[in-house]
Amino acid sequence: MAHSAAAATTQYNYDIIKKFALMALVWGLLGMSAGTYIAAELAFPFLNFDIAEITFGRLRPVHTTLVIFGFGGSALFATSYYVVQRTSQARLASDWMANLTFWGWQLSVLIGIIGYMNGITEGKEYAEFPWYVDLLITVTWVLYLLVFVMTLMRRSQPHIYVANWFYLAFILATAILHVFRNLSVPVGLFNTTSYSLYSGVQDAMVQWWYGHNAVGFFLTAAFLGMMYYFVPKQAGRPIYSYRLSIIHFWALSFMYMWVGGHHLHWTALPDWASSLAAAFSIMLLLPSWGGMINGIMTLSGAWDKLRTDPIMLFLITALSFYGMSTFEGPMMSLKSVNALSHYTDWTVGHVHSGALGWVAMISFGSFYHLIPRLWETRLYSVKLVYVHFWLATIGIVLYIASMWVSGIGQGLMLRAFDDYGNLAYTFIESVVFMHWPLVVRMIGGMFFVSGVVVMAVNVAMTIRNAKLEQAALEAKIAAKMAKAGA
Amino acid sequence: MMQWLSNMENTKPLALVIFFVVFVGILLYVFANKKRSKRLESYKNIPFLEDDEAGEQKDKDSRNG
Repeated sequence: MAHSAAAATTQYNYDIIKKFALMALVWGLLGMSAGTYIAAELAFPFLNFDIAEITFGRLRPVHTTLVIFGFGGSALFATSYYVVQRTSQARLASDWMANLTFWGWQLSVLIGIIGYMNGITEGKEYAEFPWYVDLLITVTWVLYLLVFVMTLMRRSQPHIYVANWFYLAFILATAILHVFRNLSVPVGLFNTTSYSLYSGVQDAMVQWWYGHNAVGFFLTAAFLGMMYYFVPKQAGRPIYSYRLSIIHFWALSFMYMWVGGHHLHWTALPDWASSLAAAFSIMLLLPSWGGMINGIMTLSGAWDKLRTDPIMLFLITALSFYGMSTFEGPMMSLKSVNALSHYTDWTVGHVHSGALGWVAMISFGSFYHLIPRLWETRLYSVKLVYVHFWLATIGIVLYIASMWVSGIGQGLMLRAFDDYGNLAYTFIESVVFMHWPLVVRMIGGMFFVSGVVVMAVNVAMTIRNAKLEQAALEAKIAAKMAKAGA
Repeated sequence: MMQWLSNMENTKPLALVIFFVVFVGILLYVFANKKRSKRLESYKNIPFLEDDEAGEQKDKDSRNG
């Protein structure tokens, strides 16, 4: 395994990257465990134990916040700080501002989840943070933008590498989305409640403009930035087509902003807005697949790496899931398909195909590449990377397959009529039907979490070995010095 | 003019035309000129520049040492 030059650790600010990377793993483990627990609650409701703080309604935003903002967000901070330094060949612009982004972000996540468990929430999906956390996030995000842009301005390269374009689009778009979705008036300075500036269908449209662009820019564009750096680096060959990456970037940026309305088909949203969203969703297939092909074709002529390198397996499997979920998404945005799929588990399965298959797998692959370089050592065990890969892959397949069964079955049952025009099934019959798929989904989650535990052990041992190597080296140098002195 | 712009029925197709023209412009910029294409493709090597430097340094060190 190649190592970066030792000088890199002093030339660049790696401390901040290490902190974010470790917190990503901590939040990831907690968030995915919370997800598995609430999956178990849906299959076996007694697990609520009549304790309000751990019921599905309270733990669900804990799960989504931890995995999206805790795990995903910290992984993006870590990798963006690494990529911008390495491709600009410049140290981060400000160490103290970077440190503030770390504490601001971790504190936001922590205050958020404690609040959710105690019933403090704005109730807006993926934007549940109360107003005071929204303000903290805004300050943190402005600092993040400053650090990133100022580092780019210090670059020694005339050109800004494309991965940074994706990261920058993510930072800018997230700022706009966060501010406009959270415009609200607090009830009082010491009151956790606030009133949104929007109401009715406007509120719904703003919600899904926010929600889908969070998917588009936070969970897609930013992780594509990760892909455009770590896939070529791990493969040891440049990206298949740089020009395609430029078109990929601009096409995604132009199209994503329009598609949020597909979450509101067959509602009070005007029909034209709904159709516009569906049309743009279909068009999005082109840049999404263009990007996927660009990533996968980077391995063209070196496919054998998939037999020997488990990190490459993670990265290429992530791209395959990216391709699958960006095909499924446009299909589900068609009004006729949506009439069946919406409000069912199919949507849940689709989201996890992207979240586990794409976001988590590309992050795992990138971390396995990154962590030995940050600590200047080798991975503790490559075999454990294989174990993690298979646990994760089996988990995802069980998850999405069971959600297809549950969701499509649910959709068909809830709109089936008998010869007299009455509903053919009662609601509870659909719940009974869903029980076994929900059990399988829970098992899929357990596989996935087990994989993360294996990764955590591997990373912990890697860091431990790095420290031991460092101590041995220092002892050797000290002995030599003592000998020379004598 | 301002009144025409303030009508959403006018600005929506106008925005569509502007976005479309800009996107076609980007496509032409990226693919139409061979020399520029070559330059753009050369940027794909940026992530490897440091490896080259590290490699060169290693070569130098081994030659000197």
